[in-house]
Amino acid sequence: MSADPPLGLLAELTHRCPLHCPYCSNPVELVRRERELTTDQWRSVFTQARALGVLQVHLSGGEPLARRDLPELAAHAAGLGCYVNLVTSGLGLTKERMTELAARGIDHVQLSVQAADRQRADAIAGTRAAAHKRSAAEAVRAVGLPLTVNVVLHRGNLDEVGAIIELAEELGADRLELANAQYYGWALRNRDSLMPTRGQLDAADTVVRAAKARLAGRMEVIHVIADYHDSYPKPCMHGWGARQLTVAPDGTVLPCPSAHVISTLTFDNATTRPLAEIWYESESFTAYRGEDWMRDPCRTCDRRGVDFGGCRCQAFLLTGAAENTDPVCPKSPHHGVVTGILADSASRQVLVGVAELGFRMRSEER
Amino acid sequence: MPAVTAVPRLRRGVRLGYDPVRQSPVVLFPEGVLLLNTTAEAVLKLCDGLSSLDEIVTGLREQFTGVREDQVGAVLEFLADRHVVSWEDV
Repeated sequence: MSADPPLGLLAELTHRCPLHCPYCSNPVELVRRERELTTDQWRSVFTQARALGVLQVHLSGGEPLARRDLPELAAHAAGLGCYVNLVTSGLGLTKERMTELAARGIDHVQLSVQAADRQRADAIAGTRAAAHKRSAAEAVRAVGLPLTVNVVLHRGNLDEVGAIIELAEELGADRLELANAQYYGWALRNRDSLMPTRGQLDAADTVVRAAKARLAGRMEVIHVIADYHDSYPKPCMHGWGARQLTVAPDGTVLPCPSAHVISTLTFDNATTRPLAEIWYESESFTAYRGEDWMRDPCRTCDRRGVDFGGCRCQAFLLTGAAENTDPVCPKSPHHGVVTGILADSASRQVLVGVAELGFRMRSEER
Repeated sequence: MPAVTAVPRLRRGVRLGYDPVRQSPVVLFPEGVLLLNTTAEAVLKLCDGLSSLDEIVTGLREQFTGVREDQVGAVLEFLADRHVVSWEDV
């Protein structure tokens, strides 16, 4: 199976983060500071990624501002001709830092927001985070860069999605990404507490649709719906190893940010193998590329070119084999696993407060 | 179709470039990349935030033959859908 060059690189510069969100997309086993790539190693990753075809670089984490060399890394990626996105919690994003980062080549800032209500937002983040969002957004606007506000939706904040949209408007966002929690790593561990009800999702959907119409032409609203509740699996990553790669803080190269959960795969490291070889030839990137790996019902399904069999990580986590159809699909022989989880979650009918969430903590803090 | 007097403008953070790897002009923007053909590149280069659709069509006719206003309008509508351009005066 031949592949096109990748368009995007998600560079997880560090797993260090001042926030402790219970749905964090980082692995449960976080990479410690001593094992993070050096400045020169990251520069080499960016250079190789550009040569390979990457045009969008997402400087992410953890909190990328925790890396002192962030301005140098941004400048290197920008100098290669890449579009450079900063994905941040906003904590530590002062006007001075933002000014320097913009001068070094950051093109766009993605700012996370946990909730509209301050106390609730701080409770989800596990720290006093909400107060920093306004000043961070102001710093972005002051340098004239486009701003995306991104929000992970779950049972604890779905009911205030209208207020969240208003907050994004107040912050001056050009784009708003509302993404329902996806259950891998930390979020899988906290799934019972995060899982919304069908009623919550339907109510939020009505609010978001109205806002999209009202804001058309002013603020782009992207709504990523909750996939356990959806009728079809999500077209995860637009296909395995098709458009994007992720490099973890220690240099591990992943086909998607969650791929580390597939314990049957071996992943290469950018410090020991050329990135181009990893993209085109490695076991991990070729394993589920294209359609040859598919089993029934995907193999003969007329939607296989639409959703690519759904998510390999979800198939692995819920069925034990990544080659299986994503069990969110009603055609999957394992679909009962998903309906069972939803029924179980609905039957409990308990109101779980955020205090019951398992916050993301470093292993030494647990 | 937008009015001929409507003025398309590149949105904040949109950047035109060239990718030597794919040997193609590209437009880069928040969370997006589009590979451009020669026509789309020429249209975007004329989006200076001042020129209206009919002025852009005039500009294109200086470079190409057989330029159709409806096709230029369609290219710009597609780019507006992708949040690459916005219309200033519809």
